[in-house]
Amino acid sequence: MNWNSAGEFFAMGGYGLYVWGAYGVTLVLMLAEPLLVRQRHAEARRAAARTQEES
Amino acid sequence: MTPPPVFSTVLGRDLRLAARRRVDALLPLAFFAVAVSLFPLGVGPEPNTLRQISPGVLWVCALLAAMLSVTQLYATDQADGSLEQMLLAGGSAFSAGIAVALAKAVSHWLVTGLPLVLIAPLFGVMFDLSGRSIAALCASLALGTPILSLLGNVGAALTLGVRNGSVLLILLIVPLCIPALIFGSGAISAVESGSSARGHFSLLGALFIATGLLAPLATAAALRIAIE
Amino acid sequence: MAMTMRFFTYASPPRFYALAGALIPWFWIAALVLGAAGLWIGFFQAPTDATQGDAYRIIFIHVPAAWMSMVLYLVMAFWAAIGWAFNARLASMVARALAPTGAMFTFCALWSGALWGKPTWGTWWVWDARLTSELILLFLYLGYMALVNAIDDTRRADQAGALLAVVGAVNVPIIYFSVKWWNTLHQGATISATAAPKMAHTMLTAMLLMTLAFWAYAFAVVFMRTRAIVVEREQQTEWVGELVRAQGAQ
Repeated sequence: MNWNSAGEFFAMGGYGLYVWGAYGVTLVLMLAEPLLVRQRHAEARRAAARTQEES
Repeated sequence: MTPPPVFSTVLGRDLRLAARRRVDALLPLAFFAVAVSLFPLGVGPEPNTLRQISPGVLWVCALLAAMLSVTQLYATDQADGSLEQMLLAGGSAFSAGIAVALAKAVSHWLVTGLPLVLIAPLFGVMFDLSGRSIAALCASLALGTPILSLLGNVGAALTLGVRNGSVLLILLIVPLCIPALIFGSGAISAVESGSSARGHFSLLGALFIATGLLAPLATAAALRIAIE
Repeated sequence: MAMTMRFFTYASPPRFYALAGALIPWFWIAALVLGAAGLWIGFFQAPTDATQGDAYRIIFIHVPAAWMSMVLYLVMAFWAAIGWAFNARLASMVARALAPTGAMFTFCALWSGALWGKPTWGTWWVWDARLTSELILLFLYLGYMALVNAIDDTRRADQAGALLAVVGAVNVPIIYFSVKWWNTLHQGATISATAAPKMAHTMLTAMLLMTLAFWAYAFAVVFMRTRAIVVEREQQTEWVGELVRAQGAQ
């Protein structure tokens, strides 16, 4: 174990802003990306349904 | 009947067109002059600073001038259908494509690159470069501008007829020109600071040969993709 | 013979669509498990570094992201080239699906690199060889995406993108070499801004696990995006028609 308390963990020896800034943005992007792709997929299916109805 | 010599035909035609539209041909040079002059205005007139940044400034402006003028190469020819004719002429579609690509690169260099090499000393003086540095400047541009023309050609063929083609081309091709920029401007900086530029020139020369061999192939492929 | 048949069977869009759909959840599970393991070791097992303190722990996303950004570019160029050479639609679709994820990893490498550089070297951005090359790689990704987006004809866009990706892939070693050269000339004695600390065994393990986690993530997202692209492009086909009817009925 490296830390004695949760507080120490979040502080990261004074570098908390940098460490969590890096991890935070990466996590946000890796959550946003699949969500956006799911949206794209849903829109594609909707557009396909419309096209199929017309034909 | 022997097939017409594609290379010389295309080259001759491009040069004649450039001669007729002299103002268009001179625009990249005017851009170069204006762009280069902006830097002292933005950075300040201190001679030491200017001397230090001049290799990079001159090279970057030459790069941008080359990229901005390269789309003109194909646009008019595609619009009036003569590009297709050029590619269909000649022995095989493949060799015709390479001949067209080479001819376009050479004509672009003769119209834009060579004049840049010739007027560069003027700007070298404006930035207070030494005589030896100005010689290095001309040599590095003489080797470098053909590379820019060859790479620009690949971009022009890729973005043929595409909307916002010229801006897109810059985004696509400029990263590929970075090695030439580094070696070219580095050569001038080396001479200016008194050290040897042999390594830089060797690398630039190698880049010139490699690009000369490979870029026309890529351009020919891109032309085939665009025309089909 | 049977193996080849099976390989090319999955080159058909509807079969890929089905197979990918079945595999995606497993990739997510793998990504989560590997990521959790990697982060656990990285934060709770790996010791604090003597010089850089706890700031070095950014390495556990910076290096995997940088590796993925480079690998995905090569994979993208590969599939784009296959699609071009064999006129294989699905390969071209996979290439297009790879680009945004590759660009995302490149951005994460740059972002985490900057946040690592600030406490360690004092500035948010350093023009060292690795970060500068990553920046140029980002431009290569953006260029590819811009090009395929700008050309309306799908087939021409795929082919032009493939040519650009291959030209880019060939140039990446040249660009990296020239940037290293440039860096050593101008910076002299300065050390690379993202020089890793002396690697303890646990640090390496954590980095490896995180890389595998990112790889699994990439598979999941790229497969998801490919499925979306498949539906977009195959709108008119019968199998898509059946698919949306079946899903509409749910």
